[in-house]
Amino acid sequence: MDALVLARIQFAANISFHILFPAITIALGWVLLYFKLRYAGSRDAAWMDAYRFWTKVFALSFAIGVVSGITMSFQFGTNWPGFMTKAGNVAGPLLAYEVLTAFFLEAVFLGIMLFGFKRVPGWVHTLATFLVAAGTTLSAFWIVALNSWMQTPSGYEMRDGVLHAADWWAVVFNPSMPYRLAHMLLASGLTAAFLIAGLSAYRWLRGDREGGVMVALKSSVRIAAVLIPIQIFAGDQHGLNTLKHQPQKIAAMEANWETGPDVPLVLFAWPDEENRTNHFEIAIPSGASLILTHDPNGVVPGLNDFEGNHPPVAPLFWGFRVMVGIGVLMLAVSWWGAWTLWRRGDAGLWLGRALVAMTFSGWGATLAGWYVTEIGRQPWLVTGVLTTAEAASATPAPMIGLTLAMYLIVYAGLLGAYVSVLFYLARKGAQPTGAPQEGAIQTALGAQAT
Amino acid sequence: MFDDPAVWLPFVFAALMGLAILIYVVLDGYDLGVGILFALAEEDEKDRMIAAIGPFWDANETWLVLAVGLLLVAFPAAHGIILGALYLPVALLLLGLILRGVAFEFRAKAHVGWKRLWNRLFFAGSLLSALAQGFMLGMYTLGLAWSAGNVAFAALTAVCVAAGYAMLGGAWLVFKTEGALQVKAARWARLGLIACAIGFAAISAASPLASPRIFAKWFGWPEIALLAPLPLAAGAAFLGLFVLLGRMPLKGDTWSWLPFLGGAAIFLLAFAGLAYSFYPFIVPDRLTIYETASAPESLTVILAGALVVVPVIAGYSALSYWIFRGKAGDLYDH
Repeated sequence: MDALVLARIQFAANISFHILFPAITIALGWVLLYFKLRYAGSRDAAWMDAYRFWTKVFALSFAIGVVSGITMSFQFGTNWPGFMTKAGNVAGPLLAYEVLTAFFLEAVFLGIMLFGFKRVPGWVHTLATFLVAAGTTLSAFWIVALNSWMQTPSGYEMRDGVLHAADWWAVVFNPSMPYRLAHMLLASGLTAAFLIAGLSAYRWLRGDREGGVMVALKSSVRIAAVLIPIQIFAGDQHGLNTLKHQPQKIAAMEANWETGPDVPLVLFAWPDEENRTNHFEIAIPSGASLILTHDPNGVVPGLNDFEGNHPPVAPLFWGFRVMVGIGVLMLAVSWWGAWTLWRRGDAGLWLGRALVAMTFSGWGATLAGWYVTEIGRQPWLVTGVLTTAEAASATPAPMIGLTLAMYLIVYAGLLGAYVSVLFYLARKGAQPTGAPQEGAIQTALGAQAT
Repeated sequence: MFDDPAVWLPFVFAALMGLAILIYVVLDGYDLGVGILFALAEEDEKDRMIAAIGPFWDANETWLVLAVGLLLVAFPAAHGIILGALYLPVALLLLGLILRGVAFEFRAKAHVGWKRLWNRLFFAGSLLSALAQGFMLGMYTLGLAWSAGNVAFAALTAVCVAAGYAMLGGAWLVFKTEGALQVKAARWARLGLIACAIGFAAISAASPLASPRIFAKWFGWPEIALLAPLPLAAGAAFLGLFVLLGRMPLKGDTWSWLPFLGGAAIFLLAFAGLAYSFYPFIVPDRLTIYETASAPESLTVILAGALVVVPVIAGYSALSYWIFRGKAGDLYDH
């Protein structure tokens, strides 16, 4: 494989692995604050149990997010030196502001949140929890601003072949930024909610139905049930925004080859880029026109208008369907769950199993969605300004291949360890850990653990 | 000349980046050092060692992101050249940082049967990170060319930086722990100090010999007289710290913070020497900070934010160190 493809796979592997953890922590930080405030308001120990348990998950997820994020800050330079040389005047300050306003904030106050419970007054600890949540969200703000600017650049001018910022407001709040930010924050909310619901349902199924488990289960299912319709609406708006600014991406997502009215909504197909057609197509007549223009006769752009200059079709077509499919499942399971928990005041066997099966559904939808939007930007790195190939480094392919293999092995190992530790923590329950208790826990769980 | 933003902005950003690197090296140096010292510690001492760095390590590592970030945003071309030339050690550094960062959490949260493995990975990751940083320093000093001689020299600096970090880690433990562990930590710090001194001398001798430009900067007149305090102060710091660590801990635990301060002073002096040697170059002998700097208007935007935010960061970092003052307690305070 050539160096460009390997560099892209390596960067994609890193960024895919990385996003799994912020997708959890951005929203989990706010959920922790909610648990903390509920405890402060009610003095009900259940909220504190939930807070303690999910703080552990937060700390573990955050640590993996930090170290995989450090990897990214190096790989901008090692994999895409042309990006910063050409667009550094615009991208640089956005990255700098992320480090300055968000990274230090979350790192320092996470230390206080994790280790300072007995050392600071209660309100300072709650404030630290708030600042950690605010920090993760601020970090998402800056990085989504940069990503959106790469998708729909604005507020810049070209001088001597290098980009310069002309209007910072237009750079940060570029056309796709508000939509992408809302879509990502909601995605994080759903990822965290289904993670909490899944692990809580796992504990519920094992007979661990203490107050802390139940408040986490009920809160998370409710959060998911509220967020998913908002997310579907936000996703639709984001799609319309993309139609306006990146029509070729929409054409690929819908596998629509010819521009025209009455475009059908393709449910299933095998897009064939070589012959520029779909095989085995199952479609709803005028469906795409209706969804994208809210008019059955609306004109939808086709890929043939962008021949040689549009993203690969199959990954977008499938990625989009995976994301939407998971979204529909999320809607069904969260509303069923919210209904059951409201009517019965408790979960049931099948609901519990469904929630456990959905534990990592947020990861699936988030990754699928990001693949759609990022592959959908190709062949551009910054739309209309810089192609991915132009930004690539001169690093020889074997070197990239070697380090890629190393990263993949490490990431696979860490992912396995992360998932198994989450379930191990769930089995162990919410009791405070510490050297003295560990022997006892080991004896109690000795038979079934490891 | 300094009223031209194209001149003073790159200088200010080089200074900011240098400051971020120095703070990173001293702060993450001590927590990487504690990780390296895991090799010498008993199993039952490791939780206490982790407790001594637990609230701080994440923020410490953020200084690296800031340093690399400043290199990326202020000197984008240099970022590509330097990290491209050091592609392999950078990958190993990242591997090390990933392993130790996650081991921090996993060792405490995974089943106890796995704890020994995560402890080993914490040690291995810390050592690998320190070695990779030292190796990068060595290669950078000699101009980033992959020749056998340069690699051998970089291997030496790798060992010395790791030893220096172990010294900082030991000194930090003298400050933050008590009892038998504190006594051991003083001994470990002393071992690290000796190895670090050898490397310090080697780098100081090799850099002027490898680069005629650096030779001229140090051994011309009157530079040699003006710069003499630098190596003399470093020598005094090494000797003083060596004697001090031999007597640690003192009665009533007085001055327990002094070894760490001494260790930090050694890194500061080494850093000052390197900074003087390389200025104004950012890619040694090839590109200056003025040739690679981003557009003044972009740097101004960052600088304005930094002037507001950095004091705030310093403030709440100080608050954190104040909250966790005194000896490290049990690992699980929360």
